[in-house]
Amino acid sequence: MATFSSTVSTQVPKIGQGGGDRPPHIRDGGGDGGRGDGFPDYGRRLRRARLGLAVAIAPIVMLFVSFTSAYIVRQGLPTFDERSSTYVREWIPVNLPLALLLINTGLLLASSITAEMARRQITRQAALAPVRSIPGVSLGQETGFPWLAVTLVLGGGFLTGQWMAWRELADRGFYLATSASSSFVYLLTATHAIHLAGGILVLLYAAGTSLLHKPVEARRVVVDVTAWYWHFMFLLWVYVFALLWFLR
Amino acid sequence: MVAQDAHAHAAPQGFVRKYIFSLDHKVIGLQYFFLALAAVFVGMFLSLLMRVHMIWPTAVLPLVGEIKPETYLQLLTMHGTIMVFFVLTTAPQSGFGNYFLPIQIGAPDMAFPVLNMLSFWTTFVAFVVILAAFFVTGGAPLHGWTGYAPLSALPSAGPGEQLGADLWITSIAIFCVASLMGALNFITTTLDLRAKGMTMFRMPLTCWAWFITAILGLLAFGVLLSAGILLLLDRNLGTSFYVPLVVVNGQVMGHKGGSPLLWQHLFWFFGHPEVYIAILPGMGVASQLLSTFARKPIFGYKAMVYAIMAIAILGFVVWGHHMFMSGMSPYSAFAFSIMTMCIGVPSAIKTFNWLGTLLHARIRFQTPMLYAIGFVSLFVSGGLSGPFLAQPVLDIPLHDTAFVVGHFHLIMGVAAIFGMFAGTYYWVPKMFGRMMNETWGRVHFVLTLVGTYCIFMPMHYLGMAGQPRRYSQFTELAYLQHLLPLNQFITYAAIVTIGAQFIFVINLFWSIFKGPKASDNPWEATTLEWTTATPPPHDNFGGHTPVVYHGPYEFSVPGAPKDYVMQTDPAGVAAH
Amino acid sequence: MGLALLVIIWLITFFSTYFFAAKTWWLPNGVSTAAPWIDSQFGLTYLLMGIVFVAAQGALGWLVWKYRDRPGAGPVRYSHGNTTLEALWTGLTAILFIGLNLMGSHVWASERFAPAQAGAVPVEVTGMQFAWYFRYPGPDGKYGRTEASLMDPSAGSEGAVGLDSADPAAKDDVVTGTMYLPVNREVDLSLRAVDVIHSFFVPSFRFKQDAVPGLDIHMHFTPTQIGEYEIACAELCGLGHYKMHGMVHVVSQEDFDKWLAAREAEK
Repeated sequence: MATFSSTVSTQVPKIGQGGGDRPPHIRDGGGDGGRGDGFPDYGRRLRRARLGLAVAIAPIVMLFVSFTSAYIVRQGLPTFDERSSTYVREWIPVNLPLALLLINTGLLLASSITAEMARRQITRQAALAPVRSIPGVSLGQETGFPWLAVTLVLGGGFLTGQWMAWRELADRGFYLATSASSSFVYLLTATHAIHLAGGILVLLYAAGTSLLHKPVEARRVVVDVTAWYWHFMFLLWVYVFALLWFLR
Repeated sequence: MVAQDAHAHAAPQGFVRKYIFSLDHKVIGLQYFFLALAAVFVGMFLSLLMRVHMIWPTAVLPLVGEIKPETYLQLLTMHGTIMVFFVLTTAPQSGFGNYFLPIQIGAPDMAFPVLNMLSFWTTFVAFVVILAAFFVTGGAPLHGWTGYAPLSALPSAGPGEQLGADLWITSIAIFCVASLMGALNFITTTLDLRAKGMTMFRMPLTCWAWFITAILGLLAFGVLLSAGILLLLDRNLGTSFYVPLVVVNGQVMGHKGGSPLLWQHLFWFFGHPEVYIAILPGMGVASQLLSTFARKPIFGYKAMVYAIMAIAILGFVVWGHHMFMSGMSPYSAFAFSIMTMCIGVPSAIKTFNWLGTLLHARIRFQTPMLYAIGFVSLFVSGGLSGPFLAQPVLDIPLHDTAFVVGHFHLIMGVAAIFGMFAGTYYWVPKMFGRMMNETWGRVHFVLTLVGTYCIFMPMHYLGMAGQPRRYSQFTELAYLQHLLPLNQFITYAAIVTIGAQFIFVINLFWSIFKGPKASDNPWEATTLEWTTATPPPHDNFGGHTPVVYHGPYEFSVPGAPKDYVMQTDPAGVAAH
Repeated sequence: MGLALLVIIWLITFFSTYFFAAKTWWLPNGVSTAAPWIDSQFGLTYLLMGIVFVAAQGALGWLVWKYRDRPGAGPVRYSHGNTTLEALWTGLTAILFIGLNLMGSHVWASERFAPAQAGAVPVEVTGMQFAWYFRYPGPDGKYGRTEASLMDPSAGSEGAVGLDSADPAAKDDVVTGTMYLPVNREVDLSLRAVDVIHSFFVPSFRFKQDAVPGLDIHMHFTPTQIGEYEIACAELCGLGHYKMHGMVHVVSQEDFDKWLAAREAEK
């Protein structure tokens, strides 16, 4: 039987494997798998960062679960009133500035949308980066809409709106220590605001690194994870608002 | 030419980058370890003062002078807080875990090295803040490490309850944040950085323990943080989360409607998982060492893993057993007590499996093994007083007595510490390339084992006789007078045992600098840290990534050339 | 070293068990109706746990000696475990622990699930930094009103609990610093606290309950022997925690009535 055997030996170009007969240096742990030439594996880094975010969200959830259970129990808790020698329930519903809070919710929703646009924008940019780096290829100037900046403005707007809501509450006579109910309103909204402010700082860092010309793939990891965090902050706000309004 | 990577894995230059703000998990692990070592000596010194005061209430001591009743309570509070947080939550998990988790799973570092560095320095700041409480006006708080409100919520309720208490809460809050950062790293690293062939069920039990402990911390510390925030608000901003209408020294306080039980629920929801955080890493080390030095696989590896998971899950639903006498609903108490008895089951499984590992083995008695064996003995002793306290009706006479103190000290204050001693003697050769002295190790072991039993076993008798805890002296109650000789015995035992700890410290530091040089695998163990150089290079494996072929307990495999098969050895054991 | 370990572990086990068995330091004599029940559940737990303790420590000591590495030792039995054995000892442990708990639960239920019976002696115990006060409602059977703003520890017992003398129901309330109880009658206890959490602990009655500010906790017990019994505070309450003690005098019904009448007359 005739056989076709090809004795063509193909030289497969070895990328980045210097040193002759030493085994290839695969630096997996730091996210350096993949291309194996020392180029960081951004895909791996992104997955790891997202995993880290998922893990980090658990304790934040536990913090709010903790506050929620304190809230619900306290709402129904009778205290012993010595004057009447009986247990009485004293829960004063807080007069929430609903309109203002709804506007703030709208701002945060808009910022979540713009954050998502920023995330997709930088994902596209990161995908195109290797193409851009091929000598001779020109994709034209990337002048995208400044989604990140808008997110920052809207986020700042939300925090300003929350501050105004606290002022309004004070005007209505509800300070931090006025009643148990008002204590919880300030507690829950302030804790959320602090976590959101943390997200704003990270977004500022992401914006700052773009000015410092860090590689777009690295910036993409930061913006991607922060955008997901931002969505979580929006959902958390919806939860806090719903709790304080429907269970007032 | 391999391109240099700008990633954190490039070896750092300069003293500050190498030893102070290092991103290397090994350096960070040692930083945590030495922080905990400093903390344990502070904590031990405090307990020495406490024990001396209990039997000689009017004594004036050198250096510290007269110990007033409130001083005793301040010592007690700081002893508990420092020991639980800065020793038991730090060394076994953040110390050894940081150093060896990445190596044992075949990774070059933790997932987030910068976060790791920050988590250590945040812990350090927390330690400085809590020590500061001693030096402010009023001194340290006197409300116990459990900080029950309203005592902890009212600055006028006692000395030390002003700035000292605020510093205490702040330190704990900072510690919460640091722990959460650490937990994040441990979990992500275990899930994402295992080397090829290192499946979850080929991880050593030390790694399982560190992983599950990190999950416990992740879910528990957020709740402690919430409790602390509410306490700070009650103390400083006039809220009434925990404080109802109260009158202190004839003065009506401005609070109304709060619930002291809320603090207890939040605190113990954290507090119970916390005690498992303190013990699980020690269990992991004990399992590892018992198998290695018995030259036999751990009995029931999968059962051990499931037992750790069961302990962790059940650990979240038993917190009410600290509150049987609190005024909580007796029906809840019943539910909590059933769950508490359930948690005794996985603990028993682990004990049976440890004993099963020793059966038909060939046991080598080097110092790490002595501590592992001591761990089992202490865990049995401390654990068996649990079923007394778990029954609400028996908790009636025993709650808040010395019985409880004996129970938790045997488990946390001795067994967990033995886990740390075991880890130290075991891993110093790998971390520093030197063996610790065997003879002095044995002396330390015997003195500490016997000494701690002499301190804490009698506390059970005292508790049954009705001696309450947190009493600075026993001069006021007639029914306690006949217990004084036993209390004196405990104090003498404590003095001797604390003295014996200097043997350990001297052995440790002397050996680090002058001990006999260690080979790469002096214990003939199988896990990945023993495959690499001593001490391990910056990226742990000198440029190559290990590949794992079997589980970590392949000792005395029939037909194998040696009585151990390393995890990275491609020849040998049938796949499992 | 194996032999040394065996000796050390067995000696520790022996001495620990000896002092438990010899009852060298033991629970004080129980003098309430609940005491025999609690003590018998205690005894059962202690027996079972004692057996497990001796067996486990004994096995540990024996195993480390028998299977020590020495020339002439048998080969290691390579095994990853035994699933049947795991299932067996898991099941047995579960039955032991849960069964033990369920056996004691009826005592807890009778102590805590049901309130005091009618005809019980009402006493209110108030804890404050650093003393206990006891209030008897008097012939009208009603506790008078107390007011936080009226609380003044320097003004005697009635001042300490903030008794509002304007309230008619308060006129016959007797407030003392010592507790008197008639023997063999159930006590309907109301526990209160003024400032921080305290705990009312009478070891001889096998009675303990935290006194929590903001709560009025109802408990009951029945003393069964005439005598004097100490009260200790069992929840850290500040610098005077160790000296916040009191005394319960259990006397005959006749003596109790005489005492109470004398206190009423003093008012």
